Amino acid sequence: MGRRLISYEEKDTWIHRLSGFTKLFFFLLWCVTSALTFDTRVLIVMLIAGVAIFISSKTTWKQVGGVFQAILLFMVLNLLFIFIFSPYEGTGIYGTWTEVCKLPFGVKLTAEQLFYEFNVMLKYFTVVPSVFIFLVTTDPSEFAASLNAIGVPYSIAYSVAITLRYIPDVQDDFSRIRNAQAARGIEMGKKANIFDRIRRTANIIFPLLFSTMERIDTVSNAMELRGFGKKKKRTWYAGKKLSIPDYIVIVSSLLFMIAALLFTWMDGNRFYNPFI
Amino acid sequence: MNKKFGIKEVVATGIGTALFVVLTTVQIPIGIPNTYLQPRMAVMAFLSAIFGPIVGAIIGLVGHALGDAIFYGSIWWSWVIPDAIVGLLIGIFYKKYMVREGEFEAQKIIIFNVMQLIGNAVAWILLAPVLDILVYAEPKDKVFVQGIYAFLGNFIIIGALGTILLIAYSKVAGRSKGLSKEDDE
Repeated sequence: MGRRLISYEEKDTWIHRLSGFTKLFFFLLWCVTSALTFDTRVLIVMLIAGVAIFISSKTTWKQVGGVFQAILLFMVLNLLFIFIFSPYEGTGIYGTWTEVCKLPFGVKLTAEQLFYEFNVMLKYFTVVPSVFIFLVTTDPSEFAASLNAIGVPYSIAYSVAITLRYIPDVQDDFSRIRNAQAARGIEMGKKANIFDRIRRTANIIFPLLFSTMERIDTVSNAMELRGFGKKKKRTWYAGKKLSIPDYIVIVSSLLFMIAALLFTWMDGNRFYNPFI
Repeated sequence: MNKKFGIKEVVATGIGTALFVVLTTVQIPIGIPNTYLQPRMAVMAFLSAIFGPIVGAIIGLVGHALGDAIFYGSIWWSWVIPDAIVGLLIGIFYKKYMVREGEFEAQKIIIFNVMQLIGNAVAWILLAPVLDILVYAEPKDKVFVQGIYAFLGNFIIIGALGTILLIAYSKVAGRSKGLSKEDDE
């Protein structure tokens, strides 16, 4: 796992000071809005706003750059596949035909197709800054506390806290087992047929999964000994109450979503059509 | 506290999701572009068959979303939700599988694989393509071809790796039956 993952980093900006709940709320609304609209103008505004908020969180490129390259690769492949499977999808959506040039194999490139794929790309990109902001600025233990604060049962909130807490440990286990198996000559990356590949992967998954089962036993026994789940309520060390900036963010992101959706459907459907 | 979601389930969900996330990058290419076998699906099926549908569904939902987010920086909700459905459907009959009693054999193996077949079919041939069309207005042909590959990949990996993992664990867990290890509470 050479690539650097995105993770929380402590800093002091207005975004870091917001409660985890507020950031989750903003993030989910942002995803829903981006999923519903296909209006180019709304998407561009969302992208610019997202990037602006992202910059104000003082996140450095080093924190997210590696992951960003992975998204770019996926985007290019996806757009290419759309074109291969359906080179005239755009003309169907926008209802006009504006030829740009001829391509090999008798395929014609249309302005509608380019514009449609540009919109698909925008849609993916609008979500990216909000994911980065959420992951980089939200303290995991504070996040679990705020999940509970909004009514998620604390047992579920606690599972999420456990997940965030144990990802690095499981990752360590994984690398250790993989290296040990590699030392015995069992490598995952090596070229082989599918069955051999599955078998090699199984050789790593087996010990990893069984050590995970043991860990589940150990941790749940420890929690049982400490009386977890005996009471209806639970207090949190890292809990944060919602403050005025939180309410401002919550209300304004709601207003933004409503405005964006109204604007999108003003002309009858979710697309913005510059061709008529 | 709800007996169905006790301490064991809380911890299994938490650590299981962590394992699912870590395994996000472990993918076995099968020669078709952009299609991989994902061992993490077998792990989800395993945990769902042992701890039940709620644990399976949360691992699928949170694990897929979190894995996408920290490794790829974006979340494809149209594929996250189907993953939760797979976890849910596999776990529905988890009590029948009797994995921890050491009796995951013949007939139970078949029920498990029928459930995972149904789950994967609903999720990848039906739900994921429909969501892709609704959310991203992607071409029909493309999303259904992708869906069928995803279905095949996940069906194979859960059928092969998932089944083997369950059989192996069932043997180990069943052996310690004499040590009077009580099921929680």
